[in-house]
Amino acid sequence: MSVMETKSLSKVFAVTTLAALTSLPQVSLADEVNIYSYRQEFLLRPLLDAFKEQTDIDVNIIYASKGLIERIENEGRNTPADILLTSDIGPLHDAKARNLLAKIDSAEINANVPAQYRDEDGTWVGLTARSRIIYTSKERVSEGDISSYEGLADPKWAGRICTRSGKHSYNLSLIGSLIEHKGEAEAQAWLEAVKANLARKPQGNDRAQVKAVMEGQCDVALGNSYYFGAMLTNDKEPEQKEWANSVNLLFPNQANRGAHMNISGAAITANAPNPESAKALLEFLTSEEAQRIYAEVNYEFPVRPGVARSALINEYMGEFKADEVSLTRVAANRSAAAKMVDRVGFDN
Amino acid sequence: MQTIETKLTTQPEAVRTAGLRLPSYWTTLGWLVALLVILPIAAVVWLAFNPSENIWPHLISSVLPVYVESTLLLLAGVGALSLFIGVSTAWLVTLCNFPGRRLFEWALLLPFAIPAYVIAYIYTDLLEYAGPVQSALRDLFGWSSARDYSFPEIRSLGGAVLMLSLVLYPYVYLLARSSFLEQSINIRDASRTLGCSAWQSFFRISLPVARPAIAVGLALVAMETLNDFGTVDFFAVKSLSAGIYDAWLNMSNLGAAAQIATLMMLFVVLFIWLERTSRAKAKQFSGADRFKRLERYNLTGGKAMAASLLCLTPVFFGFIVPLAELGGMTLNHLDQFSDSRFLKQASNSFLLSSGAAIFTAMLALLLAYSQRLNPNLKGLRFAAKLAHLGYALPGAVLAIGVIIPFAAFDNTIDSWMRDTFNISTGLLLSGTPFAILFAYSVRFLAVSSGSIESSLAKVTPSMDMASRSLGANSLETLKRVHLPLIRTGLLTALLVVFVDSMKELPATLILRPFNFDTLATAVYQFASDEKIEAAAPGSLLIVLVGIIPVILLSRTITATRDAS
Repeated sequence: MSVMETKSLSKVFAVTTLAALTSLPQVSLADEVNIYSYRQEFLLRPLLDAFKEQTDIDVNIIYASKGLIERIENEGRNTPADILLTSDIGPLHDAKARNLLAKIDSAEINANVPAQYRDEDGTWVGLTARSRIIYTSKERVSEGDISSYEGLADPKWAGRICTRSGKHSYNLSLIGSLIEHKGEAEAQAWLEAVKANLARKPQGNDRAQVKAVMEGQCDVALGNSYYFGAMLTNDKEPEQKEWANSVNLLFPNQANRGAHMNISGAAITANAPNPESAKALLEFLTSEEAQRIYAEVNYEFPVRPGVARSALINEYMGEFKADEVSLTRVAANRSAAAKMVDRVGFDN
Repeated sequence: MQTIETKLTTQPEAVRTAGLRLPSYWTTLGWLVALLVILPIAAVVWLAFNPSENIWPHLISSVLPVYVESTLLLLAGVGALSLFIGVSTAWLVTLCNFPGRRLFEWALLLPFAIPAYVIAYIYTDLLEYAGPVQSALRDLFGWSSARDYSFPEIRSLGGAVLMLSLVLYPYVYLLARSSFLEQSINIRDASRTLGCSAWQSFFRISLPVARPAIAVGLALVAMETLNDFGTVDFFAVKSLSAGIYDAWLNMSNLGAAAQIATLMMLFVVLFIWLERTSRAKAKQFSGADRFKRLERYNLTGGKAMAASLLCLTPVFFGFIVPLAELGGMTLNHLDQFSDSRFLKQASNSFLLSSGAAIFTAMLALLLAYSQRLNPNLKGLRFAAKLAHLGYALPGAVLAIGVIIPFAAFDNTIDSWMRDTFNISTGLLLSGTPFAILFAYSVRFLAVSSGSIESSLAKVTPSMDMASRSLGANSLETLKRVHLPLIRTGLLTALLVVFVDSMKELPATLILRPFNFDTLATAVYQFASDEKIEAAAPGSLLIVLVGIIPVILLSRTITATRDAS
């Protein structure tokens, strides 16, 4: 390539790039709502489309796995974000602690969602619930062998337990709930005992643990409840159906405090440019219609009482007792839980 | 040695400005560029002064030894393997004749187009328990479960070393090859005449002369290894970048995360400093005879086979296998290509990456040229070095470093406009594609500079003096003398940054505007849910678009020698 060609080519690049950079819309119109989301967009798409159809409010979204709270904080009063949407209680708790959230002032939402799944100060609201359950091998574990999280510490499980990283937010919340119920010392003793029982170094996601059970690498695994439905109906990757069919589901601690629960949730930012649209979206997301979509598409539990779980979930999961400990307390224990994972060397 | 001249002490610009105390506009520009690029890095260091609690007692008493050990092993492993593959293959294709040499010349660069997180996913899919390799072994030997045999775990430190080396060695290959090509044929001939064997001539002449270039390549590999999170996280390797994200996200302590990141940058500074001081201070300028046609060693029989095999191995595992896997998976998801969003994502990726390549090359050139004109300005030299550290930062941390100054700038202008004219200007830079482009430039300046600086350094200062004594000013000299002479280095910088930007993920995710996807972010949406197959078409396109500049690159480099 000659120098001249290089030069003119760079000019073309420069001009087109500049044009593309400046032509992108940044203006904020009245009938829209902007979401910063820690949940993948494709999980939300059916809901957002239904909202648009019902209200004619446009929904704009940015998905990232981290850094959005920092973005809201630094953008300050000019932030375009109306809603922060998360797949875990943790970031909601963080955002609230940094005064980034407004109070959600909606009688409708308060009526739709039980207090257990709402912030006591009204800054965030749960949209779906999920339980952290124990998946057990159909072949190698019989009913009654295990009935609680505490049971995972029993030496009889030595070399038989699989889980994802102790540092994953789902596990941190579970450990946080144990700290809340049992105190730090007992929770750490439990974590050490579970570590001693692990079949392999913590790795992969929740589905990978169920897969490992099918493959015989371990006999019991920790995982979120909705993955079961997602695996059982996976037509694109049908091998996941086999994974799901190799396990039984167990809701732990039914005889006492109930199974650990977590939420996906949302909040309205303190400087939201479209607070009314934001409120409308949250009201919609807690409505019967949206809760049903959540249940059917993602196999999560509706937070709204009276909305049926998906038929598939009902077939495999009976009614169960949910732990009603305050999610705020659980979230407040996350940092302690993360340090405990380090001290125990759980992931090493 | 005839190509090694002593450093010239009189520099053209220095002579001209000797009487004046005002800095030249080149110096000012150089400083401006350096400070602009340092801004996000400084923001991260600033964060390090504001931790929510002192995390070190906890870290030291628990996981710090693990983090440090994993990081050092990872660096040593990836460094050694990349060095071995990169240098040996570069030497072979440049100075030997064997079957497939012409093909390997460019094919050895291809793995560079594959993102590390993609190759990690693919090999896990292939080598894990349920994958085709272990299944075939089980069928073959009649094993029934994981308890009947042992198979090396791909999700391990060793696995991470292999994956990262396979996609990073091209940095070393690229720079070593250019250097071997540019080496004067005469010194090698002289060494042979003096009785050196081919091996001795390689170790005693070619390698030492290529060392600065190889060191730059190795530094890039080391920084990329340090900033990687996707692969180490997927393989459950507890490296320092895992520690950064843990402190930030799980302990809500961004300050502590920034402290670990700052420490990592200090390691890099130390590493580069050690390499530089251990090298002789001699500077090399190319003699006029470099364009003499290369005489290659003709390899035959077993030696030729071994050479072909050595070159084939990294291309096979680093490119052919992943490409075939991606192709196979894509067949199940062909419908994605007809999705209009796919085209938009591809064009976003392409525009951002080309924009970043050009912008970064401009910054690198300004920095390098301003230093060349004023080699005695220690402050500017130091600032320029600092500006390269963005590459050692994990992408998401760098993104926060960009958000802080951009948002501060936007909000300051907005406040002033509100107070003065009662108009709100809102966010001007934050959340625009420019923020992403800027992040890419900060991140990849080291890559761009490495190539441009080394090209510029090879132009002998007597060229500057000749041009200036004929009446050309510094800008004209740059345009008419330097740019044509360094065009290979410039093009290399453009193409490498383009490919790197196509693959960039963590900073893009955080900085992007609403409803804005690149191929990498679209791929990540699926991959983060371990929907690897659905991520295949996007990954395939990243790779295919990346191949074009990679081939261009190889042709350009070869052309520098064959032009005669």
